[in-house]
Amino acid sequence: MFSGVTPIYFLFVSAVIFAIGAVGVLIRRNAIVIFMCIEMMLSAVNLTLITASHYLQSLDGVLMVFFVMTVAAAEAAVGLAIFVLLFRGRGTIKVDGINLLKW
Amino acid sequence: MIAGSVFYWIVFIGTALTAIFAAVMVITRRSPIHSAMFLILNFICIAVLYLLLNSQFIAIVQVMIYAGAIMMLVIFVIMLLNVEEEEQQKMHASPAKVIGVVLVLILFAQLIYGVGVQVLPGEWGEFTPERMARIGDIKAIAGLLFTKFLFPFEIASILLLVGIIGAVILSKKER
Repeated sequence: MFSGVTPIYFLFVSAVIFAIGAVGVLIRRNAIVIFMCIEMMLSAVNLTLITASHYLQSLDGVLMVFFVMTVAAAEAAVGLAIFVLLFRGRGTIKVDGINLLKW
Repeated sequence: MIAGSVFYWIVFIGTALTAIFAAVMVITRRSPIHSAMFLILNFICIAVLYLLLNSQFIAIVQVMIYAGAIMMLVIFVIMLLNVEEEEQQKMHASPAKVIGVVLVLILFAQLIYGVGVQVLPGEWGEFTPERMARIGDIKAIAGLLFTKFLFPFEIASILLLVGIIGAVILSKKER
């Protein structure tokens, strides 16, 4: 039924990609690259949901991924607009230069 | 049957390794545009993994929304902002980065422990492979989307509308 590849391997790949994305968020200083790493983490979580959904022969996970993708699209539009605004105001999108809310 | 299984394994291993390689390249390339290109490769590999999991609809949507729309937007913004490459000495290890990487390694160990030590719990659904093959992926998803998930579906449309309005208002030049 599962053609030999058990869901563990898919979940393992998903965990690896999620961890790499988290490392990227922490070590990179460019806001756009951090944004891309967050998208990668979202996508890894989607893989987990699809794997569980396939394993349990249910479709709820698939629908959940559909809504995660909707949120990701809206987040991309708003987030990138914020980056353009920050660049216009401060001339940089390095997160070291954008510490307006830090005290 | 055995040939199909071997083919499944080969495709899975190749795709998974390519996805992980692309993910590593995303966080190590200095130029954001190279990161974006490798991220598109990563998304397409994940779409292939979705196909291996019999989710054709989500695979198509992944390519269209993630690899298409979102990454197009990201590349467009990179082009607009003309982001300079990070300097050579940017990759040095500061204490904060080391601590962060160690914490992520702990998180990763927990994730692997969580998925590896026990059989996956959960309630079995009603969409067996035979039934999915009979009624089709998209029809089953659409049936759920307009019955059980109708309210979240409508909320998603409002969310997208709010996203559009927010993007327009944010990028408007104040006079």
